Amino acid sequence: MSVNLEEAAEHPAVAADIETRPLGRDRMLKIVFGLLILVAALVLPFVTKSFFVFQVTMVMIYAIAILGLNLLTGFNGQFSLGHAAFYAIGAYTAAILMDKAEVSYVWTLPVAGIVCFVFGFLFGLPALRLEGIYLALATFALSVATPQILKLSPLEHWTGGVQGIVIMKPDAPFGLPLNQDQWLYFFTLIVTALMFWMAHNLLRSRTGRAMMAIRDNPIASRSMGVNNSLYKATTFGISATYTGIAGALGAIVVQFVAPDSFTVVLSIALLVGLVVGGVGWIPGAFFGGLFVLFVPNIAESISKGLSGAFYGLILMFLVFIMPTGVAGFIALIRHKILRRGA
Amino acid sequence: MELFVQQVIAGISTGSIYACVALAVVMIYVAIGHLNFAQGEMAMFSTFIAWQLITWGVPYWVAFFLTIAISFVGGVIIERVIFKPLDNAPILSHVVMFIALLTIITSAAGFIWDFSIKTFPSPFGSAPLFGSSLISAHQAGMMAVTLLLLLALFFFFRYTRVGLALRASADNPVSARLVGIRVSWMIALGWGLATAIGAVAGMLVAPVVFLEPNMMLGILVYGFAGAVLGGLSSPGGAVLGGFLVGVIENLAGTFIPVIGGELKLTIALCIIVLVLVLKPGGLFGRATIQRV
Repeated sequence: MSVNLEEAAEHPAVAADIETRPLGRDRMLKIVFGLLILVAALVLPFVTKSFFVFQVTMVMIYAIAILGLNLLTGFNGQFSLGHAAFYAIGAYTAAILMDKAEVSYVWTLPVAGIVCFVFGFLFGLPALRLEGIYLALATFALSVATPQILKLSPLEHWTGGVQGIVIMKPDAPFGLPLNQDQWLYFFTLIVTALMFWMAHNLLRSRTGRAMMAIRDNPIASRSMGVNNSLYKATTFGISATYTGIAGALGAIVVQFVAPDSFTVVLSIALLVGLVVGGVGWIPGAFFGGLFVLFVPNIAESISKGLSGAFYGLILMFLVFIMPTGVAGFIALIRHKILRRGA
Repeated sequence: MELFVQQVIAGISTGSIYACVALAVVMIYVAIGHLNFAQGEMAMFSTFIAWQLITWGVPYWVAFFLTIAISFVGGVIIERVIFKPLDNAPILSHVVMFIALLTIITSAAGFIWDFSIKTFPSPFGSAPLFGSSLISAHQAGMMAVTLLLLLALFFFFRYTRVGLALRASADNPVSARLVGIRVSWMIALGWGLATAIGAVAGMLVAPVVFLEPNMMLGILVYGFAGAVLGGLSSPGGAVLGGFLVGVIENLAGTFIPVIGGELKLTIALCIIVLVLVLKPGGLFGRATIQRV
């Protein structure tokens, strides 16, 4: 294996490239891993408690949202501390459609996706002029403002104001012998698989290459004829679509939306999940989802009063030992295993 | 017209809060080229230290300057322990570290001093100034302190060797190192100064908004808005920006229905986005030119 190890550890994107090279042993490992995960995913809801099933469902939902953020940050080089806003728009779209228009939950997802694409694209236009820390700041302000906009009195008829909207949990269709939690788990699993497959394909397409070219060198990509503005705004839209669909799923699974669930804390959690999982590495989103859901609980179990402090310490610790997230860590381990085998 | 004038004056007096915070924001930006998202919480923690000292019976002004000194040292320590090892890490790792710092400080403050709201004394008294109900003595004092601070910073950056060295190491670290400036200590110094200014801001703000672990979050957003409006690289601009944000917020609240009380933070958002899009350097900042 002739790939530079340091390079792989520093750039998870490179690590992802290594992975796709046809390498007998590597490939087999991957297939075995994939099958194991698939079997585990299918068996899980039948052997664990229903609360755990719910938690894993939420991990997948956060993973979709983080994947959306990853498309924007990891593959297009734009920051966002405002993705809670898109998550909220997705969640409210689904909740209002189900509550007011009695649309089936399945159809709320594409609608939420389209609505979020429009919002994301529009927010992406002013974001074109911002870079780095400035963009982080603008999006930070967006997510601080979101709960206030949702509580706005003229919108109260639709959004339910501070009270939010309560929605019903759907039953399993076609008389499948599953309870509601199990069905939602499988529903989310299907959507998640679909979303990750699409992201994978997107990044391998002409569009994906243009996105990454902009990240790596905007001037070079423009000289090669890439329309930077259009691609950046579109990426913002696609990213918002992913996060919005996650939001809609979240609303259905939690059965409740309220303005204070979508504060800047959620935006920060998504960003933290992205960095912990690995920027620019698609499967990293799952690790990010695990972190977002379970680490606050772990911190709370260490100490109730100081849970925030322990959360922060765990986070600092992870950034110190894995500066490039789980992605870089796994790239390192793979390299060691493969070298030993060769 | 009378209403308009009244609202402008009221806006200026709330603006003095934002101006103070904006100054701290600019200070750290000049020193390290990042926005510190934990700035508000660090200021809150400093204010709690001052509160504790005062509760123990230390006279106000002694506690005031002692807190500034403690905060300065604290800022330097944070830089040395947490951020120095991450010198070359990507910007996202820094942002995540700021977030970690923020949660740790908030949680620690809540643990030590609990989440109940506390009153914080004002050295200027809370009586109305010259019998006018628009502006209190405290707010006038706050403006005076902010302007004094600004003046001190101006002289520091313009006329002292250390100030110049600090600017040089932020502008061009490599060249600065070549002429013998200890860049890494300059960054630590910048952190110390920013934390100290944040402490001043916190102690001045606390009598108005009351002291509690979450007191700074909203204010920090306005502080960012003020700093961006004035230009992130210009302390004077940031102070003016802070005042302007206060005035805009008050006028919009009075003259535009609905927005009033409900959408105050959204106004800050609109200011930030508009300024960044129309004039990214802010009113007084320099546009940054990148070399290809």
